[in-house]
Amino acid sequence: MGLYHTEDQAMLKDSVAPFLAENGSIKQLRSLRDSNDATGFARDLWSQFAEMGLNGILIPEAEGGLGLGHVEAGIVLEEIGRNLTQSPFLSTAVAAVEALRSASADIRGQWFPKIAGGEAVIGLALEEGKKHNPAATALKAERSGNGFKLTGAKTFVVHGHVADLLLVSARTAGAAGEEAGITLFAVPRDAAGLTAEADRLVDSSMSARITLDGVQVDADAVIGEVDAGWAPLTALLNAGRLGASAELVGVGTGAMDMTFDYLKQRKQFGKVIGEFQALQHRAAHLYGEMEGARSIVLKAQHMLDDGDPRGEMFVSAAKAKAAKSTNLAVREGVQMHGGMGMTDAYDIGLYMKRDRALNEVFGDLYFHADKLAKMNGY
Amino acid sequence: MTDLETFRKEARSWLEANCPPEMRQPVKADDDVCWGGRNWVFSSPAQKQWLDVMAAKGWTVPDWPVAYGGGGLSPEQTKALRQEMAKLNCRSPLNSFGIWMLGPALLKFGTEEQKLHYLPQIARGEIRWCQGYSEPGSGSDLVSLQTFGEDKGDHWVVNGQKIWTSYADKADWIFCLVRTNKEDKYQGISFLLFDMTTPGVTTKPILLISGASPFCETFFDNVAVPKHQIVGELNRGWDVAKYLLGHEREMISGMGGDGGMASLGSFYADVLADNPVLRAEMAMFEVENLAFRAHSERFMDEWKTGRAHPAYSNLMKYVGTELNKSRHELVMAAGGSDALEWESARTNGGARPRAWLRTKANSIEGGTSEVMLNVVSKRILEMPGA
Ligand SMILES: Cc1cc2nc3c(=O)[nH]c(=O)nc-3n(C[C@H](O)[C@H](O)[C@H](O)COP(=O)(O)OP(=O)(O)OC[C@H]3O[C@@H](n4cnc5c(N)ncnc54)[C@H](O)[C@@H]3O)c2cc1C
Ligand SMILES: Cc1cc2nc3c(=O)[nH]c(=O)nc-3n(C[C@H](O)[C@H](O)[C@H](O)COP(=O)(O)OP(=O)(O)OC[C@H]3O[C@@H](n4cnc5c(N)ncnc54)[C@H](O)[C@@H]3O)c2cc1C
Repeated sequence: MGLYHTEDQAMLKDSVAPFLAENGSIKQLRSLRDSNDATGFARDLWSQFAEMGLNGILIPEAEGGLGLGHVEAGIVLEEIGRNLTQSPFLSTAVAAVEALRSASADIRGQWFPKIAGGEAVIGLALEEGKKHNPAATALKAERSGNGFKLTGAKTFVVHGHVADLLLVSARTAGAAGEEAGITLFAVPRDAAGLTAEADRLVDSSMSARITLDGVQVDADAVIGEVDAGWAPLTALLNAGRLGASAELVGVGTGAMDMTFDYLKQRKQFGKVIGEFQALQHRAAHLYGEMEGARSIVLKAQHMLDDGDPRGEMFVSAAKAKAAKSTNLAVREGVQMHGGMGMTDAYDIGLYMKRDRALNEVFGDLYFHADKLAKMNGY
Repeated sequence: MTDLETFRKEARSWLEANCPPEMRQPVKADDDVCWGGRNWVFSSPAQKQWLDVMAAKGWTVPDWPVAYGGGGLSPEQTKALRQEMAKLNCRSPLNSFGIWMLGPALLKFGTEEQKLHYLPQIARGEIRWCQGYSEPGSGSDLVSLQTFGEDKGDHWVVNGQKIWTSYADKADWIFCLVRTNKEDKYQGISFLLFDMTTPGVTTKPILLISGASPFCETFFDNVAVPKHQIVGELNRGWDVAKYLLGHEREMISGMGGDGGMASLGSFYADVLADNPVLRAEMAMFEVENLAFRAHSERFMDEWKTGRAHPAYSNLMKYVGTELNKSRHELVMAAGGSDALEWESARTNGGARPRAWLRTKANSIEGGTSEVMLNVVSKRILEMPGA
């Protein structure tokens, strides 16, 4: 199959793009921020997503979803990125769903319908330090009763304070830094002993630090196998990383388009500034960088959808390239807007903030370039 | 099984049966790749056999119509064939400016007679072509070219000089931009074809920084060119020239993928282990390389199915050639002082530094990076200004 969207995929884009431009725009982001909204996203929009079927995009048809793939999820995420929409879509409908595929039938039966119906938000409690490092999990899970008792702390849990369920990586064997010995748990956020402390991030999204103080869960809260949580975690991370990459492409393209429009309007020295070759060359270079990012993201989406064994490597390349290109797009964007780029009234700065957060989530450029090197034996 | 899968399977078994083992070894020396033409000396019987069987099948130009010596394959089949060839490490049976540049232009602008005459010769590797575009005073500003063809009724008499004509001393024929009207800059150029053995054509090789002389100064002194050897209309050669450049740029962009998707850093694991900053640079290159491979695949898929912006090959040329230059910078850095050795047999005659120097031309030949950025900015991004 060709490396471009099929007709069905193009139709999905044609329906999601105007919908989000109307209902999940930057105006909404500003109003959430300016009203000091404590949730971090618009609940109405989350319900509308469910009505459109989008929340079940990766959930198998037999379990009430659309049974589509990463290309389709990426189409939604790119529009989320372009509009700087605040939404639990990436964590809940994309990353969490991929992990929950390995959960017990009970857990799936309980959560898939809620996700698809827009009634549940899922937080990902994976990080313990300030840089992405899923293997560094130290949070302890000890056998207790017919289940486990979890003790420790997690950080950078986006929407964690309002999530209904948290996916928590915990150590059941081995030492921090090892992939083996990690177990992935589904923990209701209202479990006794679990506290969440929320803060607004630079991009106005809400993220929580979570503390688990002897939180008791049943044995069937385990996703996948005990000590072998790395497998569902990898599925979660592949989807999350690639989804974040698609969202980054949306952010970068949005910033780029906005900047190119500005270059065609703003006059200095008696000319439209887009006439200056110094800016034209940087614009063309940026376009090439964004096109490269778009291509590797699409390639990695095809690979995950086809179950290609190189998928994980291409996901890292996609996240790294999308991070690098989008970062260039927002930096050039602010610079080429001159003084205007520095003002809160102009949207370009909001793109810069969103890029920073998305760059960090699930591993930044440096993490993924390093991972790629390691996967290639150096 | 879909038709495409059936085709892929059949192509694979055909290649397995017909590609000689020697032609599945990596290319080491220049003459490992066949360029064809009257004067070509095959480096081995296998090289000749490989060309012959592929040409007979139409697969030196798989997507050209069968009537012109091609394989008549669809874009999807062509892609599948290339993928199967890559999997089996099959060498290209024939490299040629005829295939990459002149052929597409003839397919679009040539008369039926011209197509039937020239295209099969290209497909079979019988005639080797060179490109007479650049002149000493007309490089990036190609349209200012001065080589002049004077109308003599049934023929033109061409006088002037070209420069940087790749393989002019080895080629049989030239496709050449010639001014046929001095009054009109753009609509005063014609696209002529002529034999390099025509009286009045001389070539003088130019030595490059890599030590090789792959290109020449080419002089025309009262060269007679029959009128039927024009492609497209009189004075409308610029349209043909630009169309051809689009294909040339597509071809050159592909060179950025020298090593394909294979990891460059994995070859240098030992050096990289002791040089963390170099390792980091290598890792960043690895990201760019995979991104470019995907970009290139996407571009080809879009280009072959008419989805790509017509100026997109300019972008690919820029990205691909800049990437290839950075690849060779890293190869040199990882090679350290070994990579400085220029002559010994052990270093294959200094293949590494020579290749590194050769890549510097990638962002010049076929239009410079700066010119590519100008074109992208104007034609794709629609930035204002002349
Ligand atoms: C935080 C801050 C504090 C400031 N404080 C003061 C102050 O106290 N007093 C004061 O008077 N001003 C102040 N300024 C204004 C500042 O000097 C201008 O913003 C600056 O000169 C750029 O002008 P501009 O914003 O109109 O951008 P523009 O001139 O519109 O530039 C937009 C973009 O076009 C580019 N560009 C413009 N012309 C060309 C060209 N010929 N070739 C290539 N590229 C070109 C620019 O580099 C920029 O990237 C301040 C600005 C900021 C951001
Ligand atoms: C290895 C090699 C093989 C070649 N093979 C052939 C061949 O087979 N046939 C053929 O006809 N030609 C061939 N060429 C010539 C090639 O097409 C020209 O070298 C190229 O078009 C640049 O022209 P120039 O060398 O005159 O450089 P110039 O045009 O003089 O450029 C000098 C510098 O100025 C920059 N520049 C020029 N104009 C602008 C502008 N408007 N904006 C910004 N920067 C600008 C250029 O980017 C470059 O960096 C070959 C060249 C090389 C190196």
